[in-house]
Amino acid sequence: MRRTWAIAKRVLKELFRDKRTLALMFLAPILVLTLMKVVFTTNSTTDVNIATVNVQSSLVKQMDKMKNIKVTKYSTEQKANKALKDQKADGIVHRKNGNYYVKNANTDASKTAATKVALQSSMVATNIKNLKAQLTKMAAANPQAAASMQSNSQKAPKIHNSYVYGNKDTSFFDKILPILMGFFVFFFVFLISGMALLKERTTGTLDRLLATPVRRSEIVFGYMISYGLLAIVQTLIIVLYTVYVLKVEVLGSMWNMVLVNVVLAIVALAFGILMSTFAKSEFQMMQFIPIIVIPQVFFSGIIPLDQMAHWVQDLAYILPLKYSGEATSAIVLNGEGLGQILAPIGALLIFLVILTMLNVYGLRRYRKV
Amino acid sequence: MTKPIISMKNIVKKFGDQTVLNHVDFDIAQGKIIGLIGPSGAGKSTIIKIILGMEKTQEGTATVFGQVMPNRKLLNRIGYMAQTDALYDALSARENLMFYADMKGVDPKDAKEQIEHITKVVDLVDDLDKRVSGYSGGMKRRLSLAIALLGDGEVLILDEPTVGIDPALRRKIWDELHSLRDDGKTILVTTHVMEEAELVDDVALILGGKLIAYDTPANLKAKYNEDTVENVFLKAEDQNEKNMGNR
Ligand SMILES: Nc1ncnc2c1ncn2[C@@H]1O[C@H](COP(=O)(O)OP(=O)(O)OP(=O)(O)O)[C@@H](O)[C@H]1O
Ligand SMILES: [Mg+2]
Repeated sequence: MRRTWAIAKRVLKELFRDKRTLALMFLAPILVLTLMKVVFTTNSTTDVNIATVNVQSSLVKQMDKMKNIKVTKYSTEQKANKALKDQKADGIVHRKNGNYYVKNANTDASKTAATKVALQSSMVATNIKNLKAQLTKMAAANPQAAASMQSNSQKAPKIHNSYVYGNKDTSFFDKILPILMGFFVFFFVFLISGMALLKERTTGTLDRLLATPVRRSEIVFGYMISYGLLAIVQTLIIVLYTVYVLKVEVLGSMWNMVLVNVVLAIVALAFGILMSTFAKSEFQMMQFIPIIVIPQVFFSGIIPLDQMAHWVQDLAYILPLKYSGEATSAIVLNGEGLGQILAPIGALLIFLVILTMLNVYGLRRYRKV
Repeated sequence: MTKPIISMKNIVKKFGDQTVLNHVDFDIAQGKIIGLIGPSGAGKSTIIKIILGMEKTQEGTATVFGQVMPNRKLLNRIGYMAQTDALYDALSARENLMFYADMKGVDPKDAKEQIEHITKVVDLVDDLDKRVSGYSGGMKRRLSLAIALLGDGEVLILDEPTVGIDPALRRKIWDELHSLRDDGKTILVTTHVMEEAELVDDVALILGGKLIAYDTPANLKAKYNEDTVENVFLKAEDQNEKNMGNR
């Protein structure tokens, strides 16, 4: 036990003297999360410019009234095409022989969709207006029918929205945030702990250490304690920042979120240590990032898993980030309590036990006892 | 003869298809300083690592205190200094020493006293709280030696302990080694400095994967009819090459 603590203490001391790595662990996630928040919230209001040729002015007016839609009339098709080419317009609505032809720039799928919606709903709206006008005319000619119509006509129903999670401003960012948080925790702990053990190996201190009566497990546990403590601080910073500064709503308990991420961090640590035994240099350690870390993002729940091919879904079961994503999503979006997230936490713990045993065994490469 | 403290029996060690040690027998008695010499790449460090249980052998076993290596618990009683300095750069010398004191299970009460004494021997008292990253090569070497001396091991295994250390300090270190020997400690030292080979009790010469000679410096000089260990070394190397040529 004394040796385990001594190793943990030493690792922490080394870490705290390496200011840059420390900054990377604590500040980089905050910086990236803030950036993402800004990017995803501004993205939700895109202005769409529609060019029209030969479209009746009632429809044009109706479209122009819609939110984030601007309509410009052009006298000829050539002029409209030029506007499209110069990126002044995102789409052209052209009326020919009573039919509408829509030409989309289609450089941004959301704008294309917005153009279609704008045209369709405006057409419906103008049709209703025309009908109304005709009805009023008819009513004037036939007062009896008009009276019965009046009593039948009701006000159009109004739709009232309410939200289980968040409010009408809830964006994509809010959904992926809990997952991203886990990703940052995993990524940084994986990289830094892997590098630390690698350095210990390449500088020969690991050999030196193994020439003392230290147990292999004491080395592994020493690393776990130190990086576990670090991970607690890191997760606390990330969670507090997202909740209080970025104002992301967490329906469940914040502390459960911390718990999940700390467990994930220790899994990442064990993973990092394991992978470092396969690397000969820092650069080789970096090569694991696109192979091991990045693919996990896709399976962590940012993209719904149930839409993927079956074998891909099965693959997700061996990726720790899937479980942490599941657990944090449940806490943040559905407000689940500890009882509901025990299963994913259990899965993470199984990872941890297996990886730890592999690590203790793996050190046999450097000393047989 | 009493039972040897360190004993290698019929050791064969290969790296790939290169045979580094070819059936080596090597016994070390208690209370002696043994100088292990041989040309670069002869396998001196390999012998040391086998004794410590850090390298596996293809044939034969090494025992220390009568027990087969590798044996984790015995490492407690062995002080080891590697050929390359393996120190924690971000820590001070004192922190490095305290860390290894913990690793070796030195009683925390004794640790302070020991560190004080050892750092005097290696002349690092004034730089004890400086970070190792700011140390010179010789200072690092001395700190490595200090770590090996920690824990008061009955056996000391030192791989080129005096490389990069100035003559005055080198003499001081050898005085310390002699006094440790007089306390009954067993010390195995490798060196390329032949004046140092004159200061040991027995010289072991490794050549071509074999233990060519193992005797007191005086006996070796008489046997090879030379006046220094250095000349003995050169003559033995010469003969070995001729033997290889004859084959
Ligand atoms: N890990 C290893 N892998 C492959 N070959 C090795 C390894 N360690 C040592 N060798 C080889 O074994 C031989 C003996 O090496 P060793 O380090 O024991 O030499 P040495 O006598 O200590 O030399 P020096 O005086 O230069 O320190 C060398 O030829 C070296 O190339
Ligand atoms: Mg050597």
